[in-house]
Amino acid sequence: MAKMTLEQLRALREEKTKELSRRDISDKQAYIVVGMGTCGIAAGAKDTLNAFIKELDTYNLTDVSVTQTGCMGLCYVEPTIEVTCTGMPTVIYGKVDPETAQAIVREHIVNKRLVNDHIFDRPAADIIGGGGR
Amino acid sequence: MHANICDYLLDAVQNSIEAGAASVKVDLQETEDMLEVTVHDNGCGMSPEALEAAKDPFTTSPGKHDHRKVGLGIPFMLQHAETTGGMCDITSVPQEGTTIRCTFPLDHVDTPPVGDVVSTWVSALNYPGPHEMEICRSLSTGEAHGCYRIVRSELSEAAGGLEDAGALALVHAYIASLEASLTQHNEEKRS
Repeated sequence: MAKMTLEQLRALREEKTKELSRRDISDKQAYIVVGMGTCGIAAGAKDTLNAFIKELDTYNLTDVSVTQTGCMGLCYVEPTIEVTCTGMPTVIYGKVDPETAQAIVREHIVNKRLVNDHIFDRPAADIIGGGGR
Repeated sequence: MHANICDYLLDAVQNSIEAGAASVKVDLQETEDMLEVTVHDNGCGMSPEALEAAKDPFTTSPGKHDHRKVGLGIPFMLQHAETTGGMCDITSVPQEGTTIRCTFPLDHVDTPPVGDVVSTWVSALNYPGPHEMEICRSLSTGEAHGCYRIVRSELSEAAGGLEDAGALALVHAYIASLEASLTQHNEEKRS
């Protein structure tokens, strides 16, 4: 791969934006938040984050927001992620390795089906009550 | 312990952003036998007492986990750097900022792998907030020298943000091309 310049990156973006406007997509389809505390990082959260980016690109889901937060308190099931998606309940998934990230994109976001064996409901009670971040 | 050096780097970058830094500078210099990581920020900084406490694995910053008593990021980093014959130095001034500098000898048997540099930069840049971030990465072996620099605001403007999956895929491709050019450059020189 040749070294890309920022100008080339801009050109590539314009190309993609044109493609996108042809498909007439407006609002964001989903929001994904990856827990990136020390516990998340140790469990491989950056690989999970990158797996989401790659898988969403594979499905051409460019209008999905992918961000990060700190520890959600569920250190024992890291990496944890939260998905908010139209027509689906907001869910926290745990033990999300890159393969599970692919399954979440395919099932939760595309097929609108929960990935049952990775659901961990909500952040730990002490994190919600303690106003943790 | 983290599985690779890039995870320590990412942890340190996250600390800087959480310290309210307007600007974070990350430097990753790799030579044949040594890796040097520096994270410099202009965040809230720490008093000498707070810095000592940060090195204690049974202390975490207030407001983070009010009912929990662990903070493992910095203690892990110190321990790993020291047990592999490297060093880890933290300097901090309240209201001015913090600098963490660590070295890892790459030929030590206990030194973890460097890790995926491209994914690390994507994760570090994606962390939300209005802060600026500058990343400098250099690879300098006996046969080749190469480096690149990434400025968060410039990249965000060029890619159309750092949050949407579409923009992040572009950012990943862009950074992968920068990183690949370093290795290719080295391979060309070797052959």
